[in-house]
Amino acid sequence: MITLEPPLTDKDVEKLEVGDSVKISGRIITARDEAYERILEFIEEGKNLPVDLENGVVYHCGPLVEKREEGWNIVSAGPTTSGRLDEVQADFVKKTGTKVLIGKGGVGKKVVPEISSMNCVYLSFTGGAAALAADSIESIEDVFWKDLGLPEALWVLKVEEFGPLTVSVDKSGRNLYHE
Amino acid sequence: MIPKKDFKETLKKMLRLSATRLPRDIKEKLEEAKGKEENETAKEQLNNILKNLKIAEEKEKPLCQDTGTPIFFIKKPTQKSLNFNLGKTVKEAVEESTEEIPLRPNIVDPLSRKNLETNTGLKHPIIHLIPSKSTLQVETMLKGGGSENWSKLFMLNPTASEEEIVQKITNFLKEAGGQFCPPGIIGIGIGGTADYASFLAKKSLLNPLDKSNDSKNLGELEEKITEKVNDIGSGPMGLGGNTTILGTNVEKAGCHTASLPLGINLQCWAARRSKARMIDDELTIEVPK
Repeated sequence: MITLEPPLTDKDVEKLEVGDSVKISGRIITARDEAYERILEFIEEGKNLPVDLENGVVYHCGPLVEKREEGWNIVSAGPTTSGRLDEVQADFVKKTGTKVLIGKGGVGKKVVPEISSMNCVYLSFTGGAAALAADSIESIEDVFWKDLGLPEALWVLKVEEFGPLTVSVDKSGRNLYHE
Repeated sequence: MIPKKDFKETLKKMLRLSATRLPRDIKEKLEEAKGKEENETAKEQLNNILKNLKIAEEKEKPLCQDTGTPIFFIKKPTQKSLNFNLGKTVKEAVEESTEEIPLRPNIVDPLSRKNLETNTGLKHPIIHLIPSKSTLQVETMLKGGGSENWSKLFMLNPTASEEEIVQKITNFLKEAGGQFCPPGIIGIGIGGTADYASFLAKKSLLNPLDKSNDSKNLGELEEKITEKVNDIGSGPMGLGGNTTILGTNVEKAGCHTASLPLGINLQCWAARRSKARMIDDELTIEVPK
């Protein structure tokens, strides 16, 4: 089992091979359909993003949250289908400098060489394993863009041994989904 | 006659139970699959799923963050009426459950994409009312969006053979890969009309996997489909392995002589369903137990 601690370097990513089991400790940020669209809009318009994604980990997830007296609580937080973001995925990685994407179902065939050439890898987390995922979330550092709807917002999470995740697209461009 | 309060409370309990735990037949199939897989990645996926089920059950929290679209199948005796507004009561149960369990507010306006926040409104919750000779029976389904996106309707040539039907389904599952959160269930509706074939495909997902089809022919067809699809090897989460599906459920209806509708509805491993029946004047929850 390999443990990754973001922010990540090219070296951290290069050593990962398809089929490896990985856990993550540190900061990860959730983003899905609506957040992707707004992030790309912000960059296009030259606006600052509310959170730095460079060398970071983006988790395709729309968590189930509840409001408690002391603040937000993540109840369940499994991955969502990454394929829906295929059209903008390469552009997103290029413009944000994201090093690791986490989701389910993999990325499209065309996207694989695009992201791997930018030193970005894709890790699969078991779809639906939302209670397991929530168990490794230590705290919510921040939340932005709640106006997109709670599942679509950017949740900045501090996780401890998040996983196990499976490397399914590695630096060499191998893709576990098509092997 | 069941009072409104008891009916609503039972519905809420059903939603809570089904959001947090799976029916026994599904759990057993997942355990069985773990024993059969040799591929390390497949084993890890199944391990994660089973670990997740344990945590969700112990902590009484939704086992998947996508708590789905709540769908109701209600069999109502034709001779007896209820002394409350059924649609309104189901709606209240969904709204209160959304806040209390909680369920993720999933239902949005299809065009503006504005979240309705309550999982109700704009024709929700979806209720299928089925006239019945027997007692009142309620079944619920929390249907995840990822697997629902892998639905299909084919209006086949009426001369299409059973082999061609199996081929259509197998090809569709190849295309779906890991995107519907396998290992799941294939729901098939054959015949009827375009809408009815899709409905049967969905409704068939309520049938437990440990009970064989009432029709011997359909049972054999189910087994053939399961075998063919598992031979593809896409496996748990599409990462490789022998278990892409836990089972297939087929329902059929008569159709127009010029038609052969084939509805497909895929279900992820988180096959959250519940069932309650009137027993001795009490709406008693039988699934999940």
